[in-house]
Amino acid sequence: MPFKAINILLLPLLLLGVMVGVWSYIALKIPGFPTPSEVWSELFVVLSDPLYNNGAGDQGIALQLGNSLARVFGGFAIAIAVGVPVGLLIGMSKSAYTAFNPYIQILKPVSPLAWLPLALFVFKEVNTTAIFVIFITSIWPIIINTALGVRSVSEDYLNVARVLQLTPFEKVFQIILPVAVPFIFTGMRLSLGIAWLVIVAAEMLTGGVGIGFWIWDEYNNLNYAHIIIGIILIGVIGYILDTVMGLIADFFDYRKRGRV
Amino acid sequence: MSLKTFLKIDHVDKVFPLGGGKEYVALRDVELEIRENEIVSIIGHSGCGKSTILNLIAGLDTISKGTILLENKHILSPGPERAVVFQNHSLLPWLTVYQNIEMAVKKVLGSTLSASEIRDHVMKYISMVNLDHAKDKYPGEISGGMKQRVGIARALSIQPKVLLMDEPFGALDSLTRANLQDHLMRIQMQTGNTVIIITHDVDEAVLLSDRVIMMTNGPEATIGEILDVNLPRPRKRLELQHNEEYLRCREAIIEFLYSKFAKDDE
Ligand SMILES: Nc1ncnc2c1ncn2[C@@H]1O[C@H](COP(=O)(O)OP(=O)(O)OP(=O)(O)O)[C@@H](O)[C@H]1O
Ligand SMILES: [Mg+2]
Repeated sequence: MPFKAINILLLPLLLLGVMVGVWSYIALKIPGFPTPSEVWSELFVVLSDPLYNNGAGDQGIALQLGNSLARVFGGFAIAIAVGVPVGLLIGMSKSAYTAFNPYIQILKPVSPLAWLPLALFVFKEVNTTAIFVIFITSIWPIIINTALGVRSVSEDYLNVARVLQLTPFEKVFQIILPVAVPFIFTGMRLSLGIAWLVIVAAEMLTGGVGIGFWIWDEYNNLNYAHIIIGIILIGVIGYILDTVMGLIADFFDYRKRGRV
Repeated sequence: MSLKTFLKIDHVDKVFPLGGGKEYVALRDVELEIRENEIVSIIGHSGCGKSTILNLIAGLDTISKGTILLENKHILSPGPERAVVFQNHSLLPWLTVYQNIEMAVKKVLGSTLSASEIRDHVMKYISMVNLDHAKDKYPGEISGGMKQRVGIARALSIQPKVLLMDEPFGALDSLTRANLQDHLMRIQMQTGNTVIIITHDVDEAVLLSDRVIMMTNGPEATIGEILDVNLPRPRKRLELQHNEEYLRCREAIIEFLYSKFAKDDE
């Protein structure tokens, strides 16, 4: 339908116009607030030399983002390595569930940033601290969704495993994981989204390098246009991360391969 | 057909604990001997404990009192010598038809067969249920009747001593059901399996079975009557339409179910 295709392009552009209008009005009212055109031209400045490195505290935008992403993926990977086995365990064993559940319930609502000072004290180093904070951020959705996946394995499949006398190991790999994997990926997708939120705040606190630090640094430099550029870039990258995770999740979901 | 006892259900009770210290006596003093190569069906009203008996034989549930012996060995846990065809087929949806059967064959017979023998073995059972054309399809891509045939092929492929079927055709339309009944009878003549089949359907019970086990209603359900079906095999459903023995068996079961042990709330 041509009508629809045009709308998909037109409607967001229309809204963009409205937003730029409101933004220009705000910029007019608040002295020093960067105008859309200032941000637009600044964007090319920032993106034209993304890889420059003048030592700590003054690096190109790509290096800042790269550092943040590396920390996110570091903490995220450790969270998967720890969270999936723990989730499998508490999903499969009632005793493990009973033992773990109270602590998961209590620790889950704690903002990961509350761990930051403690981590900084222990590690005495910014990078490890940030990775640790991301680990704490990511682990809960992964554990909870993995356990949920395990518990959603139907009794029938488990009976098949029992009749065939599968070993616990075979049961995990042949029956439980195929069912649980889509749930695990849902958890991972949630985790990655929150991790990307948290890293900005964590880096504002730790300083050094990273997109969160960069934004805060530009605030101190009174360079407000860069803050808006930071916001836009964080949004775009977050969107890409989520989309890619979604594609990977679909790839591993047997239900999404025309097999239902 | 050998007459020695093959499977012996000896004074078996099954009690389910309910909340608050209460309990539900589902089965009381069930006694039954089943011979090798026999097809036996268990019929009874809903909730009388048919699935419970089957689960006890399968070892999927524990016996409260009494014993079940298969070739003089106590049944204490599930095992591949007692294959189960579940009502809802329970195929693994992430595996193809071939892979579903292969997985069972590899686990149970994998140590005795070479890779090519496993392939041949799997294909033999796929052919047995006429599903060669669908071997690479996923369960979600085939009909209910085909799924149930895969379930039967999977159960038979591990060469069980007893094939346990809990209303295997219950969810199917009557044409598909008739087709699968014919499949089952033909395959059983080939393989000589001992089959225990649970059903709600009077015609199915008579058509398939050497003996029909009729159960009383719960609680404390037990075996009410056992009916011998003296019809020669192979049986042809069309020819049985007006067969006297067939009609006698049918009547006996209907009499049992709707007169002696009628259930109002059905
Ligand atoms: N785990 C359980 N706990 C308590 N009661 C149970 C349990 N399983 C079965 N029962 C009860 O035991 C009785 C027999 O159940 P069963 O499933 O064997 O019946 P059935 O003859 O197979 O019925 P249907 O034809 O509807 O499948 C029922 O009254 C049921 O409520
Ligand atoms: Mg039942």
